[in-house]
Amino acid sequence: MAKQDSKPLMIQASGLTHYYGPYAAIEDVNFNVERGEVLGFLGPNGAGKTTTMRILTGFMPPTRGKVTLDDYDIVEQSLEVRRKVGYLPETVPLYTDMSVSSYLRYMGTLRQMPPKNIKRRIAEVIDVCRLGDYRSSQIGKLSKGFRQRVGIAQAILHEPEVLVLDEPTIGIDPIQVVETRRLIQDLGKEQTVVLSSHILPEVSMICDRVLIINEGKIVAEDTPSNLAERLQGSEQMEVEIGGPVSQVLPALRALPGVANASHRTTQGNEIYTIQATEGKDLRDEISRAVIGGGWSLLSMQTMGMSLEEIFLRLTTHEEL
Amino acid sequence: MRTVQAVAWKEIQIYFSSPTAYIVAMIFLALASFFFVRDLSNPFPQASMSSFFQGATIILILLAPTLTMRLLAEEQKLGTIELLLTSPVRDWEIVVGKYLASLVFLIGTISLTVYYVLLLAIFADPDPGPIWSGYLGLILYGGAALSIGLLTSTLTSNQIVAAVVAMGILLVLFFSDFAAGTLTGVAATIVNEVGMKSHFDDFDRGVIDTKNIAYYLLVIVFFIFVSIRALESRRWR
Repeated sequence: MAKQDSKPLMIQASGLTHYYGPYAAIEDVNFNVERGEVLGFLGPNGAGKTTTMRILTGFMPPTRGKVTLDDYDIVEQSLEVRRKVGYLPETVPLYTDMSVSSYLRYMGTLRQMPPKNIKRRIAEVIDVCRLGDYRSSQIGKLSKGFRQRVGIAQAILHEPEVLVLDEPTIGIDPIQVVETRRLIQDLGKEQTVVLSSHILPEVSMICDRVLIINEGKIVAEDTPSNLAERLQGSEQMEVEIGGPVSQVLPALRALPGVANASHRTTQGNEIYTIQATEGKDLRDEISRAVIGGGWSLLSMQTMGMSLEEIFLRLTTHEEL
Repeated sequence: MRTVQAVAWKEIQIYFSSPTAYIVAMIFLALASFFFVRDLSNPFPQASMSSFFQGATIILILLAPTLTMRLLAEEQKLGTIELLLTSPVRDWEIVVGKYLASLVFLIGTISLTVYYVLLLAIFADPDPGPIWSGYLGLILYGGAALSIGLLTSTLTSNQIVAAVVAMGILLVLFFSDFAAGTLTGVAATIVNEVGMKSHFDDFDRGVIDTKNIAYYLLVIVFFIFVSIRALESRRWR
């Protein structure tokens, strides 16, 4: 799996399995993360994303399997691993009765940063996360979005080599989501980032590579664009045709290269959805068939497969 | 060591930024004053702190758990335990840091009663021996009570449960010498020696016995050790 010519691997996970009682949260999960890569875990709630993150950060050991981070074993050399990792858990863990800056100072000390660095870094992360006006506010009084920023601030405070973000944009308003994504993209330029999300556009926007995880298993792994391409094979078209449905539909189905065709009526318009096999361009054939049949071709539209649809397919077992 | 210090310092700051600590200190001082004055206002008053010390052992059963209940239960409730356990911090550093914070706060509160000693010294001629040994005993006793509270706080995310269970354990240990009275032979000795109160009474009389010091230190070390293990076990659950 590991490419020989690639950069040295930051994280290597093999055969990760974790049981909560008799229930397997993840089963035989394998993946590698390259240095400087932004890897996204994509999957519905309960797919095992958080479990994987918790194992990566050393919060809990896997039931089976092995993870190394920068060649340190995550269980045996937990302390070294934890020193290299910055972590934002799903529910942002904050001491609500501390102020932003004293919270950050505390986290810095726990990460064993030298006092001089702590001061400098607090100023930097407050700037990066745009917390300037709130540095002495009590955390309990901040809004959800600001708390999320404080959470990110603590995760990047000690300049970790690996940043693990569990659902970094959950529950914050759209403008802040955009800002947060931009922030993660910036961080991803220098650091290795592993993030999880159940929002597709987010992952395809931020990540170099995506792992789609469902029911504790990795079901697909690729770059966002390749994932989209992979299912482009069966291209979809929507065609509006004026003519009797009973004749048009069989005629379309009879065309070579048509995998499937279906019909619906929207606001008096006869719309046909056509699925082509193997990325064939059917526009020519369809238009000729329609004209040849004496009907009228009113509109024709190619429907690119969005990642969202792939995701739906993958997680509902329609494909693969 | 720096981490222990950081954890302890943060907890101490939180004690002073929340009302709980002030309330605990206030109730302790109010009740302690009551016990102190009670003995001085009888017809043949004695210039002794004994009444205060005896009273304080009862007050601490209620107050020590309220100081410790927050320590780890809240971390588990807020989810901050996840950050703590994924920081490059050893589990014992967390537990010991938190324990020290509660101990410092308790010693601070107890030391506010030193003016009783001054009052006695001004208006009478107290025997200093039992007073100093009594304070030593009280701090050891309080330290043991805190370690028990720390353990129950480690075991649950519910602060109330942590406090009530700790109070229960402390009450049993407090009254175990009563129970010893109904037993005979080896059983009586064991139950008596396990009890926290019987070891305190020597201090109150002015006797500093290594047996009693060893008892309290053993209790403290034991419960802190179990707390560390309990925290570690969170990773495997």
